[in-house]
Formats: sequence, structure tokens, C-alpha cells
Amino acid sequence: MLRALAEAFVPESAALDEGGWAEAEAIVERFLATRPAAVRRQLRLLIRLLDLLPLLRYGRRFRSLDATRRLRVLEAAQNAPMLLLRRGIWGLRTLAFMAYYERPEAAAEIGYRATARGWAARR
Amino acid sequence: MIEREYDVVIVGSGAGGGTVAQELAPLVKDGVRVLLLEQGPRLGDDEFTGREVEMADALYEDGGGFLTADGTMTLAFGRVFGGSTVVYTGTSLVAPERVIRGWNVPDLAHTDVARRSAKFAEQNNVHLFTPDLINDNNRLFVEGCGKAGYRAEQFPLNVKGCKGSSLCNLGCPNAAKMGTHRIQLPGAQSQGVQMVTRAEVLKIGERSLSVVVRAKKEGEKGAESEWAPGEYHVRTKLIVVAGGAVGSPALLLRSGFGTRLPALGAGFTCHPAHILVAEHERPITNDVGHPKSYYVDRAAEEGYVLETCMYFPFTTAKNLTGFGPAHSALMRAFPRLQMILVLACDKAVPHNRVTVDLDGKAVVRYRFTPETVEAMVRATRASARIFFAAGALRVHAPSADPPLIERRDAARLDELIAARHFLAGKVSVSAAHLMGGCAMGGGGDATASVTDAWGRVHGLPWLRVADASLFPDSLKINPYLTIMALADRVAERIRSEARDLLGAGAGAA
Repeated sequence: MLRALAEAFVPESAALDEGGWAEAEAIVERFLATRPAAVRRQLRLLIRLLDLLPLLRYGRRFRSLDATRRLRVLEAAQNAPMLLLRRGIWGLRTLAFMAYYERPEAAAEIGYRATARGWAARR
Repeated sequence: MIEREYDVVIVGSGAGGGTVAQELAPLVKDGVRVLLLEQGPRLGDDEFTGREVEMADALYEDGGGFLTADGTMTLAFGRVFGGSTVVYTGTSLVAPERVIRGWNVPDLAHTDVARRSAKFAEQNNVHLFTPDLINDNNRLFVEGCGKAGYRAEQFPLNVKGCKGSSLCNLGCPNAAKMGTHRIQLPGAQSQGVQMVTRAEVLKIGERSLSVVVRAKKEGEKGAESEWAPGEYHVRTKLIVVAGGAVGSPALLLRSGFGTRLPALGAGFTCHPAHILVAEHERPITNDVGHPKSYYVDRAAEEGYVLETCMYFPFTTAKNLTGFGPAHSALMRAFPRLQMILVLACDKAVPHNRVTVDLDGKAVVRYRFTPETVEAMVRATRASARIFFAAGALRVHAPSADPPLIERRDAARLDELIAARHFLAGKVSVSAAHLMGGCAMGGGGDATASVTDAWGRVHGLPWLRVADASLFPDSLKINPYLTIMALADRVAERIRSEARDLLGAGAGAA
């Protein structure tokens, strides 16, 4: 389910190999280790809810949906009237972005090149 | 419990605490024992790697993701030796006269704030960059402002030997930013002010503090604490609280001062901010050079300030609205992205305040007022005009649905960018200029303020406040020089009262 969510938030993550996934998951685990236990519990609950929510509309769990439907489910949730649900989606997407874009490989892929050398590296 | 005794204890090492430490340091040679406690670690120069999450974890409270109580805004503030002066961009502005006048604090004149700000500007090597150090991201902002009818002004910056890493918000990897960790704190330490890092003040009592010193965890950045890990009881004659607009009111509240100081925690303000992004046809220099060289100040007229900015991959991704293929496409355009930070100027209102939970941890209760949301919308529209005037192909505006606006729709910005699309919890809002909570005021009225104009807590002559929590309302610009100016006043008053406060001989020099 975690990978299904990550691939919906950042489609490029579908191309990660096992090493890439391990690195991404380690980034999130390190971050979550510093969060209160209540936050980790809420995240687990939200992920479970999101997995089950599509049963009502599509008759399938989130992890079994195709990419288009996964996106629709998440978009509906991020626009939900309930602040709690919107916040939850914001939090999950933040974790997915952290996991993907904190990797140096991702920064290179998108063309981000900042270094301590600054102008000296470009001129 | 280990007992210690000092004459003055300063809590916090940022713009406020660092300034007070420097200004009280001359008392040391008169025999006054001055201690500074900092909750965060002291990092070595070689530990600033520029890696985003790693540095955010090391330098910021909650890794820069401290959430307001309803989870709709993140607050970024430093938790490191040097406080937020380690992680700001060094923008050094003097408080506007109209703002200080509007604060209406008896005995606080703008001329005095300006004079003291100038002193610290000189001390911190504040100057304007020459044109050859300005990158395309900033040049396009100036160009767009000119064409769209906005007056761009250049930020004076407090750097020395800037190499243009663009990594300011992750702590300068070249030691070029003149924060308190580079100027005021080393100066104070060389004069004998004792400094202890990784030291969290749990509570303040009558002329005493309960402090816990934490051990460095495995893999954590920074030096070990100067004191052995453990619990300390520190007795002192004077306490100066400078833990910032979240930390200071929270510390005083969990110490039980809320009953005698009803205004404690009230009046919290900040500059709720969006990062706006626009895509150009060709690559521009954006992730090299100082990121924040220009701004547009429309605070007085329209309630917002626009500033150039450039953030890192994760921060950028987090601040764009949405996810999926459209989000990824914008991220992949990174070398072609121009960025503007829009900051709304809020006002002190009763429901926005700092409180503490049952464990004494700071909780910031903050709701966006309709006026603040409207200011953000106006700022977003203005930024979009500037982006398009600078030649952008498309603009990402959080308060638009869908957020991506193409150039062909540039004439419809007022229609497309609207407050109805500002959906709290969906759009990313962050704030770094945190103010208020221990507001200064006049007349010793504890129902309306916490301190007088010199940071003296009402009714407690041994307790002072010296940081942005003193601001009775929003400053409406980047605050660090004003914090230093106010802290300078607090220190000056302590020096003038030193004989009475600290005993014979103190301040004789």
C-alpha cells in the first residue's frame, strides 16, 4: 500500500529499483522515528482508510486500482470537506515527496545542481 | 539534580539571546557570571552539507515542519546554536516607521530602533550585492516588476565572502552568513560568557531554572554539550528569556506565569507564506547565487510583501499544490523555474496565540483570518503578473484551481486566483517570521502586555524577555535587525540597573 501511494504521488517512483525504495523508505523511517507515537498511529490509520475507501466506489482496494483511479481517490480526499482528511493527504504527500526528492539521484534527475561551491562551479 | 549558580542566565542564542550575550559580556570583567543556554547543538563548519532533510533535522525545530494546532501551517524556526540566524537568508531591513508608530508602545521610538538597527547592520557587514552576484531568478523578478508596475527594492544582506551556494536556509556551508553564531556569540564567549548547548530549560522559578542537558544521540550533528548530560537546578539573580516567539511564551506558560500575566501567549503573528513557481522557456540561474536579493513591499497598501526565493527539491515539491503527473512535470522543469515567496502581513487577533499542552510543549493556535487570506490572494495575483511580465510560460498559484495558469490566461488572473480556492489543509502555507506572545506595552498593565518597552516582565524585576515575542503586532518585514535592536535595549536597561540587580560592583566599568 505504501508503494502504491508513493507511486500515485510521485509517478517516477514506480521506476525505483529495490535499492532506491530502500533508500526512500529509510528517509521516511528516520523522519517518523522523531515524531510522536500518536502521529505514527494516525498515519497508519489514514493509510488503512485510504486503502478501503475505494471499495465504496470502485469495489476494489486502493492498492488494486489503476493509476488514474488512484489519482482520483487522492484528489477527492485532498478536496474533502473534512479538514482532517485534507490534512492527512497533505501529510502523506509530504512524506512521499521527502522520500523521493531527498535522494541525491532525484535531485540530479530534475536538474537541481546547488553545491557549496556556488558560482565557482558554474563559471 | 546538579546545582549551579550564576548572576545572569540568558535562554536562547538567536538574534535576541546572542545580542544580549554580547551586550552583557563586558559585565564579566566586573565579576558578573553570565550563562547562555541553548536547546540546540553547536555545529562545526564542516557539518553544513547542504542536504535538505539532513540539515533541516539538525537546524530546525521539528525539522522545519512544526505544525500549528489545526495542522494547516508549518512554522520554521531554528533550534541550534545561533537560533534562526543560522537559517535565515541574511536579509537585513530596518523596521518601518509606520509599524513602530502603530505598535503604540510608550517609550519605544522608531528613531531609537533605527539607530540600534544601524549598529548591528554595521557589525554584521550588511551591504548590497553588486550586479555580478545577482542570478537570473532575481533579475527576472526585477524585470517583471518593472514591466508590471511594481517597485522592486534590493535586500541589504549580512554576508561576508558569499560564494552563492544558494543554500542559506540550510545553514551557509561557507560560513559566510553573519548570524549570531559568527559575530555576537563568539565575541561574548571570548569575554567570558559561558555557553551551554543541548540545554533545554524546562521551567523557570523564582530566580532559578530547571534545565535538562541532553546527550548527543548517535549520528546526530553537532558537538557534545559543554555540560555533562543530566538535570540541573540553576540559581541566578536575573533571567533573560530569548527563546523566540514560540519558545519564550511556552516556557513562561509552563512555568506557571499565565495566571499573573493574562496576555502571555496572546498576539502571536507571523507572515503566512506561499512559494510561487513559474516555468520559463529556457534554463535560468536559480540554484546558484544568493536566493533572496529583491523584494516588493506592499504591506501598507495591500497587506503583503513579495520576496525572491529559491528552495530545494523537497521543499519545492511540498509547497506545490497537488501531486501526480502535473506536479512531477513542474518538478522536472526545475532548471527553468523562477520563484517568488508571497508573505501576508497578518494582525494580532485574540484567537491566534501560543499555548502549552499537558506536557508543557508549545502549541500554536492559529487560524487564517479572511483578511489574511485576501492578502495572500492579492499577493499571488501580483506575483503571477510579475512572472508573466518576466516572460514565464505558466505559473503555479496555490490559490487557483487548477493551480497551473498558462500564459494565454494571463488576462484572467483576478478570476482564476481567488480566496475560494484557498482550502486550508490542502494548500501549503508556511511561516518563518514568528512574532508576539510576550508583547511589550505600557503602564504595567498585565492584561494587555507582558513586559514594558525594555523587556521587563510586569511585576517580576528579575525576569526579562528579549526576542521577537516582544512584538505587540506584526512587523510586516523580515524581523532579525529589529529583534537585535529590541534586545539591545533590554541589555542596556540591565546594564543600567546592574548594581541593584546583580550586586555591588556590577556594571561599574
